[in-house]
Amino acid sequence: MDEQVVVVALQEQKVYSRPRALTAETTNYCPGCTHGLINKLIAEVIDELGIQENTISVSPVGCAVFFYRYLVLDGVVAPHGRAPAVATGIKRMLPDRVVITYQGDGDMAAIGMSEIVWTAMRGENITAFFVNNANYGMTGGQMAPTTLAGQVTTTSPQGRDVETMGMPTRMAEMLAGLPGSAYVARCATYDARTIRDARNAIRLALRAQMAGAGFSMVEFLSSCPTNWGLSPQEALQWIKQTMVAYYPLGEFKVSEAVQRLKAKR
Amino acid sequence: MPKGRIVIHVEACKGCQLCTSVCPSGLIRMSASFNRKGYRPAELVDPTGRCTGCALCAMICPDAAIEVYREAKVKPHAAPPVEEVVVIVTEPA
Repeated sequence: MDEQVVVVALQEQKVYSRPRALTAETTNYCPGCTHGLINKLIAEVIDELGIQENTISVSPVGCAVFFYRYLVLDGVVAPHGRAPAVATGIKRMLPDRVVITYQGDGDMAAIGMSEIVWTAMRGENITAFFVNNANYGMTGGQMAPTTLAGQVTTTSPQGRDVETMGMPTRMAEMLAGLPGSAYVARCATYDARTIRDARNAIRLALRAQMAGAGFSMVEFLSSCPTNWGLSPQEALQWIKQTMVAYYPLGEFKVSEAVQRLKAKR
Repeated sequence: MPKGRIVIHVEACKGCQLCTSVCPSGLIRMSASFNRKGYRPAELVDPTGRCTGCALCAMICPDAAIEVYREAKVKPHAAPPVEEVVVIVTEPA
């Protein structure tokens, strides 16, 4: 029997690089802000699904507006809070496109509360990405509907008083309760496991839309080191220890159609 | 363990230090020099080749400033072409 020599060589391969759907530009986000990380995850999934040419983004007002600039997608910037309404119009006219909104908590949970609720209620076949950092980031860290009880912001210097200001809004749970929503999840990005889960949730939400399952929404607990007055590492720990206690992570609505999609992969 | 290497795009780094906090071998530190925006960028300090290319640093980087390379065993004839390494040169502002 001839001796067969199998030469095995070691070759260097690139295993992680900047996604194609993300521009080469340096973002305007503060150091350590997880907006950049969430933009990157969405870009990675868009690359993976091969839908960059087919996706239309709708950006809001606030720090999240820069989504239009950092993702290489066709896009529209909507008036404050109206991204789901604009996305509804685009999707109805161009039903073969993937239409996504990317909104912060000031945009979706405050001024745009009505639009997102009715868009979910109608079961519009769009995907909303919701970045919850528990304050109004761009304008200087004022209290938002999502600010935690007792949390100090520039407009709640004694901490949020729930007696007069009510409890923080849980968007994911609320939208999951509406009959029109197909997939609703809440994620975070404070360690490798949660980043992986967030990427999976983004993928499932976009696949749900591509399969025509109806409204999908992914909420991200995001850090705001500048306005929270914490270092980027401390801010991630604050999400893990404080935010997750009130905003639990997980999937809140998986419709039957999305369950079938999930089983297929 | 496979051998790895990271490339940090110095001008994209904002010095948030999240990568230094997740490296299992503690191989990333902040540079003593500044980039054009005035941040101290992260740098890999790996004289003994302990980086495994696990990509945890790249995964948590909010600025997508880190690229990861890892050695893999390949049969020479079945080997895919090595990706070209792009060197990003930024013009002075």
